[in-house]
Amino acid sequence: MAKQGPIKVDGVITETLPNAMFKVSLDNGHNVLAHISGKMRMNFIKILVGDKVTVELSPYDLTKGRITYRYK
Amino acid sequence: MGKVGLKSSQEIELMRESARIVAEVLALVGSNIRPGAVTRDLDKMAEEYIRSRDGIPAFKGYGQDKSNLFPGTLCISIDDEVVHGIPNARRLEEGQIVSIDVGVKKGGYFGDGARTFPVGQIDPEKQRLLKVTEEALYAGISNAKAGRRLHDISSAVQRHVESAGFSVVRDLVGHGIGRHLHEEPAIPNYGTVGTGIVLQEGMAFAVEPMVNAGSYRVQMEDDGWTVRTSDGKPSAHFEHTIIVGNGEAEILTRQVQG
Repeated sequence: MAKQGPIKVDGVITETLPNAMFKVSLDNGHNVLAHISGKMRMNFIKILVGDKVTVELSPYDLTKGRITYRYK
Repeated sequence: MGKVGLKSSQEIELMRESARIVAEVLALVGSNIRPGAVTRDLDKMAEEYIRSRDGIPAFKGYGQDKSNLFPGTLCISIDDEVVHGIPNARRLEEGQIVSIDVGVKKGGYFGDGARTFPVGQIDPEKQRLLKVTEEALYAGISNAKAGRRLHDISSAVQRHVESAGFSVVRDLVGHGIGRHLHEEPAIPNYGTVGTGIVLQEGMAFAVEPMVNAGSYRVQMEDDGWTVRTSDGKPSAHFEHTIIVGNGEAEILTRQVQG
């Protein structure tokens, strides 16, 4: 039996948008709109264009994601 | 991502037993797939066989939503149904393809495997879909070696499928397996070579390409289980439970002959 995501994919921030939303270009070539996870927001982790991040994609809507990790 | 456990030789021995029953069920059900077969009867046959071998059907009663647990021993998914189809009163028809997915728990450990079968004569495009999906499974497994990266498996599956003009489902993933049916890590069927965790001897995975003849997009049916292709084109599913080693991975659910 297959497992339903979330699926984690790495990508690079291409644009910062208002409301802590970001455009992310994924390593698999797709572009998604992602928000920043609550935990990262609490820790005041700054995310800038060009940063490499991990995005969790929701099954059934792969155009939206959640940034869960920023690489150093 | 949580920690990916390594299985001891005793644990692997228990998984071999569960996985062997999985392979036997697939052989048994496969030999009974023909036009007119009722999917619920195939399910009953599988459950009786598993229990006769002192195993427990792993999918029956599985689910996050307590009010809608999976009712069957098998997932039976016909044509444009990708995975997690529920056994019912439907009869198989000539020309269909039917994916059978089965999980077995025995001795506290799980085995998980799947295969898509033709019902009678199928058209050449469906034949090619089955062939490419099975090849993609083995292409993925051939990368499951200690020292390689997790997404080397994913990438090998994706490249094989896409070079044949088909697409890999993205919303559902393979998974680690052992004491639980679903363990870390998630094993997508697409990805980039050289990324993901470093594979180690003793990791146990269920590698399972789900391949669509058309678009990779899928949708969930109202029953809360059945996943179907969005464009209505057929989909195939092959799965093995494997143990990562230093050389070739050990395939625990390899089909028994005869």
